[in-house]
Order: sequence, then C-alpha cells, then structure tokens
Amino acid sequence: MKNKLTLKAVLAGSLLAVLAGPSGAMAAELNLYTTREPGLIQPLLDAFTKATDIKVNTIFLKDGLTERVTSEGDKSPADVLMTVDAGNLIDLVEKGLTQGVDSAVLTETIPASLRDANGNWFALSLRARAVYADKNVDLKEITYEQLADPEWKGEICIRAGQHPYNIALIGSYIAHHGEEAAEKWLEGLKANLARKAGGGDRDVARDILGGLCDIGVANSYYIGLMGSGKGGPEQEEWAKAIKMVLPTFEGGGTQVNITGAAVARHAPNKAEAVKLLEYLVSDDAQKIYAEANFEYPVNAKATVAPLIAQYGVLKPDTIDLAKGVSFRKKASELAEKVGFDN
Amino acid sequence: MRTVSRRLSGLRWRLAALTIAAFVCLPVAALILTAFEGSAGLWPHMLRYVLPTALRETLLLLLGVGMLTTLIGTTTAWIVTAYTFPGRRFLEWGLLLPLAVPTYIIAYAYLDILHPVGAVQGALRHLLGYSSPREFRLPDIRSMWGCIFLLGLVLYPYVYLTTRSMFLTQAANLVEVSRTLGNRRHDVFRRVALPLARPAIAVGVSLALMETLNDIGASEFLGVKTLTVSIYTSWVSRSDMPGAAQISLAMLVLVIGLVLIERHARRNQRYTATAQRPRAMTPSRLTGYRAAGAFVLCITPIVLGFVAPAVYLCAEAYKRYRFAGLSDRLLGEVVNTITVSTIATVVILLCGLVVAYAARTCPGRQTAIAARISTVGYAVPGTVLALGLLMPVGAFDRLLSSGAERYLGVSVGLLLLGSGSAIVLAYCVRFMAIATGGIEAGFSRISPSLDHAARMLGQTSAGVFRRIHLPLSKPALVSAGLLIFVDCMKELPATLLLRPLNFETLATHLYGEAARGTYEEASIAALLIVAIGILPVVVLSRVGRIERRETAAPTA
Repeated sequence: MKNKLTLKAVLAGSLLAVLAGPSGAMAAELNLYTTREPGLIQPLLDAFTKATDIKVNTIFLKDGLTERVTSEGDKSPADVLMTVDAGNLIDLVEKGLTQGVDSAVLTETIPASLRDANGNWFALSLRARAVYADKNVDLKEITYEQLADPEWKGEICIRAGQHPYNIALIGSYIAHHGEEAAEKWLEGLKANLARKAGGGDRDVARDILGGLCDIGVANSYYIGLMGSGKGGPEQEEWAKAIKMVLPTFEGGGTQVNITGAAVARHAPNKAEAVKLLEYLVSDDAQKIYAEANFEYPVNAKATVAPLIAQYGVLKPDTIDLAKGVSFRKKASELAEKVGFDN
Repeated sequence: MRTVSRRLSGLRWRLAALTIAAFVCLPVAALILTAFEGSAGLWPHMLRYVLPTALRETLLLLLGVGMLTTLIGTTTAWIVTAYTFPGRRFLEWGLLLPLAVPTYIIAYAYLDILHPVGAVQGALRHLLGYSSPREFRLPDIRSMWGCIFLLGLVLYPYVYLTTRSMFLTQAANLVEVSRTLGNRRHDVFRRVALPLARPAIAVGVSLALMETLNDIGASEFLGVKTLTVSIYTSWVSRSDMPGAAQISLAMLVLVIGLVLIERHARRNQRYTATAQRPRAMTPSRLTGYRAAGAFVLCITPIVLGFVAPAVYLCAEAYKRYRFAGLSDRLLGEVVNTITVSTIATVVILLCGLVVAYAARTCPGRQTAIAARISTVGYAVPGTVLALGLLMPVGAFDRLLSSGAERYLGVSVGLLLLGSGSAIVLAYCVRFMAIATGGIEAGFSRISPSLDHAARMLGQTSAGVFRRIHLPLSKPALVSAGLLIFVDCMKELPATLLLRPLNFETLATHLYGEAARGTYEEASIAALLIVAIGILPVVVLSRVGRIERRETAAPTA
C-alpha cells in the first residue's frame, strides 16, 4: 500500500518536474513542427524572431510528423508544418492536417508550380538530385537514363534506394517512363554500383576521392556545404575532388525536390504562422537559403550561391511535383523488387 | 479477520500488477487496431520480395549476435570470478564499459575508422605497397559480419552482467563437490557453473537479442535489411502504417513464441540457493603466461567495444571543439537527458517490483500473465512502440484538455505530450522487461522458506516485501536500475516522437546532426552520451564488489 502511494507521488512529481509547456509571458509566439534538421533552419528562425519579435518554438520530428499531429487532433499546438520532401508535405495535405492560406505575398513570390493552388502548401527552396563526378572524368552532361548504361559498370556510388531522396527520383522516373522501364533502369543502375548502396550523399564525394567510384548520385547542396569548409577541412578535400553535373530526364529537366511548409489545420497562432511563411520567402531569408544552405531559392530575386551556380542553370523537370510524389509507394516497392539495397 | 485482510492484501498486489500490465499493453492494443485498418496488397509483395531476405538476415544476425555475446559474456564472467590475476579488479567493471556505447554510435565510429579512405586502411595500404583502395581494401564493414561484430561488441555486457552475478552467488559447495569429484576447473565451468547459470545466460542473451532485433540505427546504417528495417521502410517510404503494424505484430508473435519455448525448456528446474546465505567460491590464483592470457582475453572486448570508439570520439570531439567551440545548448541537453532517464528509472523499478512481488506472493495464473505481459514492450521495435503509444496518449491529452476547458474553463494544453511525461511513459513500457526480469531473477534466489518463516512470525505480505525481499534483492535492483538508466539515456525513436516543443536530449541532438549527414558536429554529444553512460557502469561495478564481499564473508 505504502509502496503504491510512493509510486503515485513519484508519478505526480515526474509530471510536474518535466512540465515545460509553452506558457511563457512572451507577447507572440508560434510552434513549428519540422522534419528539417534544426541546424539548417535555426539561423532563419533567429532572423525571423529578430525581425518580428515572434518567438518560435520548434520540434524536430524526422519521421512521424503526420502521426504526431494526427494524434494531437484539434488540440495540437502546431502552427507551421515544415518538411524536406514534397511527398511528406502532400501527405499532410491529403490527410487533412493543413489549411488553405490566402496571402498575396506568397502567391506573388512563389511560382505556381511550386505551391498548392488552394494555399495548402508552399515550397520554400529547391534542390536537385545531381551527379557528382571525379574532376578528371570527362563528363559535361548526362541523363538519368544513362546511369543504367553498361559503360558505367562498377563506377557508381549511391545511398540506399529506400532513402526518400532516391524514392523521389525513382518516382519521377516512373512518371516519365512507366513502371516497367523504371524496373529495368533500376536493375541496370544496381549492376553499375561500385559498392553496396548505402551511406550518405557526402560519402559519394568521399568515395570518389578514395577512388572507389567515378561518379555518384547526390543532392546539389552538399557540394556547396562541403566546399565552403563548413563541415571542416576534411570535407573541403572531398569537395575538391569532384565536380557536379545537373542531369536531366530525356525530354525533361532535372529532378528536384523541395523544402516546403504548410499552416496546420488547427493552428492556434495562424496570423503568426502566415508571417513566418512570408518571411521565409522574403529576399533576406531566401538569401540565407541560397548562401548558407546552398539551395536553389524560390524567390526569383535571390541569386544562387556561386559555389552552386558555377555548375550551370537549374532547369527543373517538367513533371509536376505532385505527380512524381504519387508514385512514391510504387518506387519503394520497385526498389525492394530488384533488391536494390541487398 | 486476519485471513480476510490477507486475502485483501493479495488482491491489491494482484490488481496493481494487472493494472501495470494493462498499461504496458496500451500501445500494442493501438497497433492491433491500426493493423486492422488493412493494407492492400502488402503481404503478396512482402512474401515475394521482402520477407525471404528480411527473415534470413534477421535470423543470421540474431544467431551471430547470440553466439558472440554468449561467448564473450560467459567466458569473461567466468574468468573474472573463478580466477584472480593482476588487473582483475579493473576488468571486473571495465568489461561493462561497452554498455555505454549506443549501437548507432559504434556503427558510425567503426565505419569511419575503417573507411577505405580512412587512416587505418590508408596505413595498411602504405605498408603493403598499394596506392589506391581499388587495388586493395578490407572487406566492407557495411555488411552482415560487420553488423554482428559491432552489435556483439556492445551487447555482450548484458550476458556478462547477468552471468557474473550468477557465478558470484553460485554456492561454492557445488563447485567444490565437483572439484573433489575430480573435475578440473574448466570442467567445472562446463559441467557445473554453466548449466547452473543457464537462467542468467538466458536472461542476458534475450536482452541482447531483443536489442538486436529492434535495432534500427546500426542495422540500417550498415545496410543489413532486417525485419525491423523493413517495417521502417513500409512506414516511411510508403506511408503504410497499417502494414508496418501488421509486420511488427507478426514479429512480436515470433518473439513471444521463442521466449515461451525457452521457458518451457527449463520449466522443471529450480535454481534457488538454500535459505542460508550461499558461500561464494574462492577464486584460484593465476600467474605467468596464464595470468597474461586471462588478461588479454578479457581486455580485448573492452578495447574493441569501448576504447577504440571512445578514442575516436574524443579525437573527433576535440577537432570539432577547435573548429566550432561548444554549443550552449549542450548543458540543457545533458540536464534533460539525465532528468528524464532518472525519473523513468525510478518509476520502472517501482512497477517492476510490484509485478515481480505480486507474482511471488500471490502465485497464480493472473500474476504470472501480468509478469509476462509487462515485458512485451521490449519485444517491439522502439519506433513502432512509440507510434502505438502516440494514439492512446494523444486521446488522453485531448480528452483531458476538452474536459478542463468545459468544466474548469482553463486551457491546460496537452498534459502528456506537452510535458516530458509521454517520454517517461514510453520508457516504462519499453524497458519494463529489464526491471521485471532482473528483479524476478533476484527474487528467485531468495528461498521461499524465508517468506514462510516471516509470514509465520506475523509479517504481512508488504512487511515480508520490505524486510526480506527488498534488502536481499538489492544488488539485483541496482543492476536493473542502472541498465535501465543507460538504456533510457540511449533511447532514440520514442524520445524523438513524443518529446515536447523545444526539448532536446543528447540522443535527439545527435540524431538531428546525423540526419543531415553532419556526424562530425555531433561528436561532442556522442561523447557525452558515452561519458554519462560510464557513471552508472562504475556504480554497477561497486555493487558487484559489495556483493562479492558480503557473500564471501563467513556466515554465522
């Protein structure tokens, strides 16, 4: 009996002790749920707080953003939902977790192809699924289709097929050429791998430097992050060993994915939420996206960082973002079917 | 009158145990509900393309890690208890050090240390006269053998810990009888000590195997496609939560089956010592090359499982510190990590005590089932468990919030998810198995005749608990508590999913960096996790020493 009392006391105490709910006296604040890594957005959020005096509380949820917001229901404190993948963002919209936003600033700044017609989601920045190549390899241009050509046998490095970056790429391939062709392509690509699919995008550069492979598939901003020295001197060496080529689909453009955001359906601070989105596409913020994160800005007035711009102008693919996303499930199944990661 | 109150007290223990078991079941129940939402076309695809590989890889991994942890754990435990040689006192606790290294950290560390472009392989190539990794490189650590090797290195302490405490309290007379019957010391190990330690080995290995089965950090990182990785893929790449729930439930059934088989296999065996305090065996002295051999045998797992990754992390952390300084968030993260883990440890131990004592004091179907059910959380992958818990926790929070608004006119926000309580709850469900298992094992060595004597002398069941079981199982309690603390501190998926706004622990910080591929920036956080993990390990070693002293003391 006594034991149970202590148990209760401890339970109650633990509740109080850790209770750290957002109930401060600060004038305005908003709550941001994000799948974007905190280190990448913190400078932007700090600048926002400085400009508007609105405090931003954040929680980084790599996976499970949808489930968390769903379970919190109409009591959810979430105001802004931010993701690093178009698929996840559109998922949120389809599950009814977002609301339409009517903002002239947003519609005027962001091209129509990079936002939802009803204001349920907005892209904030773009990145390309690029090809990194050994500086000494003579390669000016390449198509995604050619990655499966036997001429690259044993020369390609890539991360796991099931990673969202690659799933999005395979999804776009299906959107262009259909499922059957995509399966053949994946088989061809797998046959060309220099090592088991795995690691991260930076490992592609590192492995090229090490001579494991000649080319590899990786996101465009990493070459900027590594080359800028932000990741330390070692990574600068990796970046020096490679160059970037922006591949295209035959008869299409370069596969891009977005970082985007939406206002949550039950946002308690909707006005502040819209302010944050508007701030994130402002000239100032887009400059940070471009110069600190080496992404492609959505605001036409912001320029691409020189480290990235030297590899040419990005020509985004013609296939609608939402359409590529709709093949996500198929893409993941195909990767399993051909045993891409085995 | 007296019998009535006794029955009542028994009822209370039973009710308490069943309530705790019901709580632990909540996320599993939520998963069952989710699974019933159905997942079109999942199983044909899984059966054809995924399960053959996933099952094979999972079984291979379990087999490999099981063998490696048993081998390292029991051998080292026997050496440090049966023999004495220079350095033994350090080894006794040093062998626990790899416990402080989370699987995801050792995987990352070794990948970098042994990278084809890294220092080790570079030096090796230089020695052998090769110029490029294309000409010569070691087999890729990103493989099944690499995963078995690395998981075995950080998980063997579970076996070492449970087996050593068994060896320590194993009645010396059994060992001595065996020796007088002509068995040599290593025959004693094989014929007496090992079979007697079987429950302890089983507990240790099953803990290690559950960790292996549910591991996602290291397996995914090393490219081993286990069932758990497949569940994760279903959920993340295909947004197929019902499918993920179905696979995890199938896996849970498999695990429960295995546990039942093991229990069934030793159903007729009893391992209690006599009511008198057992005398520990006296270790025999080793000298010369035998002593050196014993030392080398025991130091190797420490070097590979702890020293190498720790030195690597120190070097990386130092580089990072020179490059970017210390993040001011680290202190807050340390505080959060320790606070949540400590609270959870206390709660889990109390729940574990209730469940284990209920099973002992009112033996019967109900309490036995409660004890088994309370361990179920350990058999479900952490991510899935957290997702399962999210539903009831969210529902509770919403209900409470609406109620408070309607009847009290105040807004309380989300009570569990908005505070850290949801994390504590998740840890409880997840790590209850360690408490129940450890405490039950501790209780099992207390002879029932002690209970009977105390009851006859007029103690209530609570009194017996307080005066007999609590003091006699203190070492088991402390070991369980420290294991739980270390596990809570390393826990990632539930912490990530259930924490409140602006709340970071060392593990979530590390993950945030790892997710964007900037491990080097997380090296300081990783080092801190390992450092905090060492503290309980050191305490743990002291418990073992006290236990040894107490049991070694001549009994009156």
